[in-house]
Amino acid sequence: MTRRLPVHVATAALALGVLALAPSAHAADKVDPAADKAAFQNYFTTKFPKLKLEDFVNGPYSMNEDLHKQWQEKEEFPPYEFSLEAGKEMFSKPFKNGKSYADCFPNKGIGVRQNYPYFDEKEGKVITLELALNRCREANGEAPLSYVKDDMAALTAYMAFTSRGKPMDIKIPNDPRALEAYRKGKEYFYTRRGQLNFSCATCHVQSPGERIRAEVLAPALGILNAMPIYRSEWSGMGTTSRRFTTCNSQTRAVPLNPQDDEYRNLEYYLSYVSNGLPISGPGARP
Amino acid sequence: MRTTTILATVLLIANGASAFAASEADYKAAYAAAEAANTEAGSLRNQWTTTAATLAAAKKAADAGDFDTAVTRAKEAEALAKASVFQATSEKERWKDLEIR
Repeated sequence: MTRRLPVHVATAALALGVLALAPSAHAADKVDPAADKAAFQNYFTTKFPKLKLEDFVNGPYSMNEDLHKQWQEKEEFPPYEFSLEAGKEMFSKPFKNGKSYADCFPNKGIGVRQNYPYFDEKEGKVITLELALNRCREANGEAPLSYVKDDMAALTAYMAFTSRGKPMDIKIPNDPRALEAYRKGKEYFYTRRGQLNFSCATCHVQSPGERIRAEVLAPALGILNAMPIYRSEWSGMGTTSRRFTTCNSQTRAVPLNPQDDEYRNLEYYLSYVSNGLPISGPGARP
Repeated sequence: MRTTTILATVLLIANGASAFAASEADYKAAYAAAEAANTEAGSLRNQWTTTAATLAAAKKAADAGDFDTAVTRAKEAEALAKASVFQATSEKERWKDLEIR
């Protein structure tokens, strides 16, 4: 018995040591995108058991029957149609040097929306579709477009339309920088900011389907699959950049510059956890 | 009568004390403190629109020569900026509590 005592003490000390070295219980401390995606999608499908996974891309219109009817009626004469036409024309028109957007993208830019954003291992950063479009312009001697105005919305509308129905397919390469960009995007998504102390998740995870003033909040799952969107509230089209900066302002936070690293990482995270859901852009929202 | 006079004098003095006008120097000190706190919030990428609006209101009042209002607004702006710094600092860990797992 007395001989065993030192063994017990040593075992207890070892156990305490192991506990002390053990990582914290927070899932957020580990970066496991596949597990995140499964938990994220499971959360929404459990919260809204009547919805099919692909329905979530319709945002607030998926949340109840009346709104769904409104959406069906809207789709007969979609308000984004004029933008789609303008985008198709812009996309096809050559730059002054004779090249065009098609020269900057895989498959000439047709049916590739579902692969954006991607992680560029050469640059070590996330590249969004909006950023890639402006880089294409600049590489061909054209001035970049505003990230929040109609021309960018029109171009992305056309590119999204050519990908309609294709499942979002965001890759996270086995590169610590890509995992860090993804983790930072997740952190941004859940971080409260602004005087109203809201995170993206406050509205789009905790309260989808609920009203905030006159609006019905969209679920975060599939929220970017419908971008860009025509919003009745804006009386016009809006890009992903416009959506992010506006959300910040609405919580009384000073928005960052469109395509700052934080927003690129956020888009990477949010798109990845919606992998498998179809591209439905351009979309229409109340 | 004498008591009434004394009381009236005390009240006048008390009122007078609160009515001391803020000076331009008071405003400049209050504004600088608010701006410093807001710059710190900026370095944390977490400024609030209300801080900017309140700083602008302080400057507008000072430009109009109303330093009482200017100091009040600048102090409000400082409080808002400090709250945004607190938010950014505490959220460095707290965001994990909201995560879907």
